[in-house]
Amino acid sequence: MTTTTTTAEAERRTVSGSTPGAARGPRRPGRIRRIGLPYLLLLPALVLELLVHLVPMVMGILMSFKALTRFSIRDWSAAPWSGFDNYKISVDINAPAGEALLHSFWVTCGFTVLSVGLCWLLGTATAIFLQDTFRGRGVLRTLFLVPYALPVYTAVITWAFMFQHDNGLVNHVLHDQLGLTDKPSFWLIGDNSFIALLTVSVWKGWPFAFLVIMAGLQNIPKELYEAAALDGAGMWQQIRRITLPSLRPVNQVLVLVLFLWTFNDFNTPYVLFGKAAPEAADLISIHVYQTTFATWNFGTGSAMSVLLLLFLLVVTGLYLLLTSRRRKTADV
Amino acid sequence: MRSIRVAAIGAVTLSLALAVSACGGGSSTAGGGGSNDSPKTLTYWASNQGASIAVDKKVLKPELDKFEKQTGIRVKLEVIPWSELLNRILTATTSGQGPDVLNIGNTWSASLQASGALLPWDDKNFGGIGGKDRFVDSALGSTGVKGEDPAAVPLYSMAYALYYNKKMFADAGISKPPATWDDVVADGKKLSKDGKWGLGAEGANLSENIHQVFVFAKQHGADFFTADGKPDFTSDGAVSAIKQYVDLMAKDKIIAPGNAEYAQNQSLSDFAKGKTAMVLWQTASATFASLGMKDDEWGVAPAPVRSGTPGTGTAVNSMVAGINLAVFKNTDNHDGALKFVKFMTSDAEQKILNKAYGSIPPVKSAQSDPAFNTQATAALRDTLAKSAEALPQVADESQFETSVGTAVKELFADAAGGRPVTTASVKAKLEKAQQQMPAK
Repeated sequence: MTTTTTTAEAERRTVSGSTPGAARGPRRPGRIRRIGLPYLLLLPALVLELLVHLVPMVMGILMSFKALTRFSIRDWSAAPWSGFDNYKISVDINAPAGEALLHSFWVTCGFTVLSVGLCWLLGTATAIFLQDTFRGRGVLRTLFLVPYALPVYTAVITWAFMFQHDNGLVNHVLHDQLGLTDKPSFWLIGDNSFIALLTVSVWKGWPFAFLVIMAGLQNIPKELYEAAALDGAGMWQQIRRITLPSLRPVNQVLVLVLFLWTFNDFNTPYVLFGKAAPEAADLISIHVYQTTFATWNFGTGSAMSVLLLLFLLVVTGLYLLLTSRRRKTADV
Repeated sequence: MRSIRVAAIGAVTLSLALAVSACGGGSSTAGGGGSNDSPKTLTYWASNQGASIAVDKKVLKPELDKFEKQTGIRVKLEVIPWSELLNRILTATTSGQGPDVLNIGNTWSASLQASGALLPWDDKNFGGIGGKDRFVDSALGSTGVKGEDPAAVPLYSMAYALYYNKKMFADAGISKPPATWDDVVADGKKLSKDGKWGLGAEGANLSENIHQVFVFAKQHGADFFTADGKPDFTSDGAVSAIKQYVDLMAKDKIIAPGNAEYAQNQSLSDFAKGKTAMVLWQTASATFASLGMKDDEWGVAPAPVRSGTPGTGTAVNSMVAGINLAVFKNTDNHDGALKFVKFMTSDAEQKILNKAYGSIPPVKSAQSDPAFNTQATAALRDTLAKSAEALPQVADESQFETSVGTAVKELFADAAGGRPVTTASVKAKLEKAQQQMPAK
């Protein structure tokens, strides 16, 4: 691809170069218009983007350098500057605030790895199994997409009901019907809350993986499989040698998006556990929320958000660098 | 070509307009202070006092219409659920875009007072609504830091009482409601059998936890804040108070373990269904009725003390619960807002509203109405008058609710999960809670 465009451009350049002077004068405004128009049309979107995303972000960064508490929220621009104090509090892992943030960070990392891994695995497996045509395939595909189509709050509230200790469906099945546990378990408090959170997160996230991979699969030419089958490749080999490599560009984006969504997920733990999440399921977004709103310490909350943003930027940057480099080497 | 130019001009105009309006948005309010720019309307944020938001609208709407008839001011009502109210107020404070008049939980008074978002009720403002003397002292004690102008005016007063299921008590052979905690435990043990339980609790509700342990701490002679407003969560009294509360589940086993995850008033529906025999609650009568429990099926008694009868000092048996009415400092209808507060705290409205919500009027002259002398309300009124104390009126109150409330929630989780709850484990949780408080 790259070689063809460069040669075409070179040709164009030589063409315009061969007729110097003649058309240059009158053409310039036309070219400016041609070049400028797309930017002009992009302007509203750009301004909105600045307003909706960048301005709050910059404000958040500003706030993180201020001692912004209940005494100053009414006119936060008048809050005293505090330099890096908020950051010091956030990263001082020997003090309670930093220690709690670090704990929350590790919980979030573990949760994200497990959730993204499971979402991807389930999504890929299901998409591959649903590749062959059979009766009821359309129904199944639709059914699997339901969790993705449901409003998050409704879905998670339903899960919260199902996870209840006394009347929940989960305990009813696990304990009353199957007898797998000695006594009904607590899912919304204590250590099990991590499992509850992971379950809901995977349930909610895997249909997206399924959808994206299903779309990706449509682009793999059937001939490849036919040729592979002729050469005696089994199903497992076909998946390993054809499907997965062909899906690599899709997976690159999918895993990144899932990672960002899961790492930042606020709705699921908030609806499931309320304002104070159990320690085992204290995701970082809830933690920052609690620092900010429940304790009215907006400066420290902002500093934690900025740290989170930096971390995600670094991870995303490294990820893109590594995966695209690998892709480039693979392409050559 | 021409259409492109039109599109381009349109795009530029639109983006410029957006940019200008965005810059303009916040500036008008930056100066603060109230004005009378829109004298014909008021926005009122009401808290959720009835069984549902719809009930609140039904109760308040006719009264607001009355106000409009009297003054010509139209009141735009928004009823806000408790889970959101404080955040909404904080957002309004930050942006300066808020209601004109609003309800606040009276325990937030001092915290919100510190933010400077609410109009201070100095003598002049109080004079406009008939003077401070019209209000009950205990209710006034929960309107802000002592010695400063109150941040709000009492609207509804409530107190904790012990509600019990008459039939379950009779079946267990208990002739009168318990008066001390020892009685509660003894009776609770008789009642806790066959899947039924003695007492209900909302173990995962942070505010509810605070209300309970505040009273326990008082009864142990402890306070969560020192006289000069510093957090003091780990005193022996505070530790044994919280341990005593959690032990009702952990050691005495009269609270069902499942209550450890309750935060949405499930304990009230358990009570209405006859699954638990007792519950400590504030003004629960209206809720019981909405859950289908008849008035003669339950009884009400003063909340228990450690020994003797309820009174002051270590015989306190309730917090001063209630709702205050505040005026947002940035209001654009200052005079109208004060008129509205005067209307809502008038004798007539106090009687109507408090009757509808089952609460007690904080206005002395409205209390004489016979409606506040029934079995349900007499106990509450008595408690408020004799043995209720206000939660600490310090600026850090809301942080205290979060940190200590969470500690109690975690201790209940331990008790429910069968992990031991010891003096040491309680103290450790409280130490952690204290460390989370902002450094002075």
